[in-house]
Amino acid sequence: MALIKDVAKVCKSKNAGPFELTVDVVFGDAETFERVKATGVLCAALFARLYQVREQDVLFTPYDAAFAFKATFPRLVPAGDFGDTDVYGCQQHAPLLDVDLPI
Amino acid sequence: MAQEIRLLSTSAILGYGFPEASLKAGLDRQPHVIGVDGGSVDPGPHYLGSGKPFCSAIAIRRDLRLMLNAAVRAGIPVVIGTCGGAGGAPHLALVATMAREIAREDGLHFKMALIEAEQDKASLKRRVAAGRVKPLARQPALIGETIDRATRIVAMMGPEPFTRALDDGAQVVLAGRASDPASWVAAATRAGLPPAPAWYAGKMLECGATPSIPKGHDCLFVTVRDDHVDCEPTNPARRCTKLSIANHSLHENSSPIHHIEPGGMLDTSDCRFEAVSDRAVRISGMRWNPAERYTVKLEGVELAGYRSVCLCGTRDPLLIERLDDFVESVRGEVAVKAAAFGARPDSYQLGIRVYGRDGVMGAREPLRGAVAHELGFVLEVVSQQSQEMASAVLGMARTNMLHTDFPGRLCREGNMAFPFSPSDIEVGAVYRFSVYHVAELDDPVEPFGIQYEAV
Repeated sequence: MALIKDVAKVCKSKNAGPFELTVDVVFGDAETFERVKATGVLCAALFARLYQVREQDVLFTPYDAAFAFKATFPRLVPAGDFGDTDVYGCQQHAPLLDVDLPI
Repeated sequence: MAQEIRLLSTSAILGYGFPEASLKAGLDRQPHVIGVDGGSVDPGPHYLGSGKPFCSAIAIRRDLRLMLNAAVRAGIPVVIGTCGGAGGAPHLALVATMAREIAREDGLHFKMALIEAEQDKASLKRRVAAGRVKPLARQPALIGETIDRATRIVAMMGPEPFTRALDDGAQVVLAGRASDPASWVAAATRAGLPPAPAWYAGKMLECGATPSIPKGHDCLFVTVRDDHVDCEPTNPARRCTKLSIANHSLHENSSPIHHIEPGGMLDTSDCRFEAVSDRAVRISGMRWNPAERYTVKLEGVELAGYRSVCLCGTRDPLLIERLDDFVESVRGEVAVKAAAFGARPDSYQLGIRVYGRDGVMGAREPLRGAVAHELGFVLEVVSQQSQEMASAVLGMARTNMLHTDFPGRLCREGNMAFPFSPSDIEVGAVYRFSVYHVAELDDPVEPFGIQYEAV
């Protein structure tokens, strides 16, 4: 078992335009990436649960060439609207850090 | 056909700064074009609405002066997209004025092109009526009322207007809102290089040295060839690695492999990353799929009200343990007293943000039970009536955070710490994104007027 914060090389969030948030997890080598991918833990359903969005609203894409996974889904509030807490969307990655990967 | 094009990006945004030595090291490698991205939608709707830049004019001027001097002395073009942060008419005018002033002060002469991106409402309505505007990101269809309410709307140009300006002999090209890679794509494709490596190069260059480690705002040198792109920071303290490049390829896009751009889609699914030295990375295998219809993104904002804010904090465990009830009491007091001086309940929004609890993630914060020994508050009021009313309601909220009673209270004086006097800050007009659509074009240059001048 391994936490994402202990095995990933990058774990970050950012706006993808004013209405969507995108979260990336990047691993350092093909072997780790493939082992993580094989667990199936990183998937649309995980992001739907962690960020309280509908699974069908999560665009989840593994990117083999970069050893990376990306998930994009609606922001809680559009960037800069009343109630937005994070205009750049760059502090929304923390819930992923403690996700346990059975590798 | 050119065998290679060398491009030097000075920083992530005009005004973020870069070491002068990095610019010089880049110039020593004889770039064909230097440039920088001038803005982003990321800082939010305020800047497009207010017409102001999100970098200071002082910082923009410093970067622009170095770049204009470098380009004119080297006899090469300098291209800057999304001038002034948001790329509207006032933003472009700000940077154009600076360029003229710098030229006068430093004795520089050049042909300058200004490419406008702000869209007039009548022509936009005609595009809507022709059925050629479509929503993005689950937004509603664009209607005339939304266009009428908008404070400012820009279209995000592709490479074609830059190509036109460079073909017409402009040495300094300042553009309004542009797709971040567009100016670089123009530089590479007009030299005969294919769109796939040109777009990939643009994706790297648009953030300066961001695709390197240690990450910082600095210069990036990119060489574009027929089937690959080489990236290397010019500052010897930084280097590009396969990981740093791969990481940047994920930047700000909804998909890591399908990058939708004006005129087509950059497909990076089969990219290969290869270290060509310990500081440079070669990327190959990118593909460009032309779109059936040429589209540009539209961005627009409308006025949402006027904001005032106040920062304060508590170190009182007796208050912290009954915070929700306390905040509810404050809200009740404010509602009654604000109504008494004429602030209708539906004319303002009161926010009480709690830092130390869920100030950063809001409803998505998973740690609901954590108890902090101190909490910070940001009180905010957005009034649709006026700035004066926003401050009046905020003042009432601040007073009630200080004095509202709660069971078990031991500190019988004011019970809130304010770091500043005055405690309240008038923030000004608040905007919200109201247009986020794409428009189909027959001519990629048509919505973007180009003016030339001899400076």
